[in-house]
Amino acid sequence: MASSRKTILIVDDDTDYLFQLKFHVEKMGFDVVTAESQREAENILKNIKPDLAILDLMMENEDSGFILSYKLKRMYPDVPVIIATAVSAETGMSFGISSEQERQWIKADLYLEKGIRPDQLHREILKLLKV
Amino acid sequence: MEVVDILVVDDEPGIRSGITRILRNFTVSYPFLEDDIGFNVIEAATGEEAIDIIKRSSPAIVLLDNKLPGIQGVEVLQFINQNHPDILVMMITSYASLELAVRATNIGAYDFVPKPFTPQELKSSIENITKHYFLRRMTRKLHREGKQVRFQFLTVLSHELKAPLNAVEGYLKMMQEKQAGESIDSYMDFIDRSLARIQSMRNLIMDLLDLTHIESGKRQRTLREIDLTLVARSAIETMTPLAIQRDVNLCLQTTEPVIMLADSDDMEILFNNLISNAVKYNKPSGWVKCSICKTASEVTLVVSDSGIGIEPEDIPKLFQEFTRIKNPQSKNVTGSGLGLSIVKRVVDLYGARIDVQSEPGAGSTFTITFPLPGSDTLNDGI
Repeated sequence: MASSRKTILIVDDDTDYLFQLKFHVEKMGFDVVTAESQREAENILKNIKPDLAILDLMMENEDSGFILSYKLKRMYPDVPVIIATAVSAETGMSFGISSEQERQWIKADLYLEKGIRPDQLHREILKLLKV
Repeated sequence: MEVVDILVVDDEPGIRSGITRILRNFTVSYPFLEDDIGFNVIEAATGEEAIDIIKRSSPAIVLLDNKLPGIQGVEVLQFINQNHPDILVMMITSYASLELAVRATNIGAYDFVPKPFTPQELKSSIENITKHYFLRRMTRKLHREGKQVRFQFLTVLSHELKAPLNAVEGYLKMMQEKQAGESIDSYMDFIDRSLARIQSMRNLIMDLLDLTHIESGKRQRTLREIDLTLVARSAIETMTPLAIQRDVNLCLQTTEPVIMLADSDDMEILFNNLISNAVKYNKPSGWVKCSICKTASEVTLVVSDSGIGIEPEDIPKLFQEFTRIKNPQSKNVTGSGLGLSIVKRVVDLYGARIDVQSEPGAGSTFTITFPLPGSDTLNDGI
């Protein structure tokens, strides 16, 4: 590709999920920066403006992903955010994003179930990056 | 049909009557309930009026606008949480911001509906919150009946069991699709990581078995005079390979027998868990010391280490299930998050006490004190 490589920030507290996602996203031809917690991600964001971010919902707290998304959008309104989650399959008793109005409420650009196929993820990333 | 009272607090009459209309003929049903559930809507135009109504007849659910003429919705929410924590609150507001959402969740709102909403959106929110209300009521009832069903425990457990499966599945798929090329050597890292997750899942299952044994109370406890020094020595032998691998020196400071009336499996669980934690959360060239002593009135087990220590604010969380204190020093330590909650259960069973002293960066000391009131009292407790 002629354009310079895009950087994607991936935040997840499960090191294996992080490893696998980094592997897939790097294979798609992006540079990847990773963080294992909301706090670590906030520190990275002070120095780096990624082109896109993929955040896990439940990290230190069950809404860490939302708060991180909110903070990221305040710093860099133009950076698309994907929230990856496994919670909607669970009981629905906790603060979730299972319903449409919750999706409207929390400002992320896309919600993905964890376990999405890499090629589907690739398509979604390209759509959000408008390339 | 069971009828649930819903209080709608909004200064706009149109919203109030709209909600009343939407919910008048709305019923929900859940597979876990025999009856359908209907709704009785009570209206309040201000926060003050809402508080009066709540004082008189506490409704199950409150739909609360934040922007009100007198006191604000958040203040009503605070009143509810202080005085009627059983009431579930859903915020309705056009002044939707994540900050308010986070603030309101922190002080106890269950959910949010942004205004304007469609009838369908309102219905699905009401359906969710009602489900929560009934699940909570059922859980309480089961608790009262002494049944050991714990929804939250099971939820977290299923999450803990699914996470390693997902990780291993991810690696297998990557191998199936030959994502890292043709050579098997490229996949060694995937295989090692998968094996590590499987091992930690095995540990979790072993811990769960310990926990259910203790919980059910059905297991045959054989109380007999046992030598705790012997139990400690065997736990130390079990843990020695791990200690060598981590460059931690393990030592049992007590040599003479200490006899106590107890179940040897229970005592093994105590020593194994405390010593393995002390080894795992340690530093290279660190040490773990274990000692046991007996006086006329009590037996004391002490396990101390030169490990990473625990922050004071984390100590109260230590004995909760699935609590793993996360910090840079502990992130590479694998554990089920059940070890100390198992220890606490055994300790409670024997009417004993567990104390923790810890200094971050310097080490921790866990002390278990068993009272020795004579064998009769001990038998009653178990």
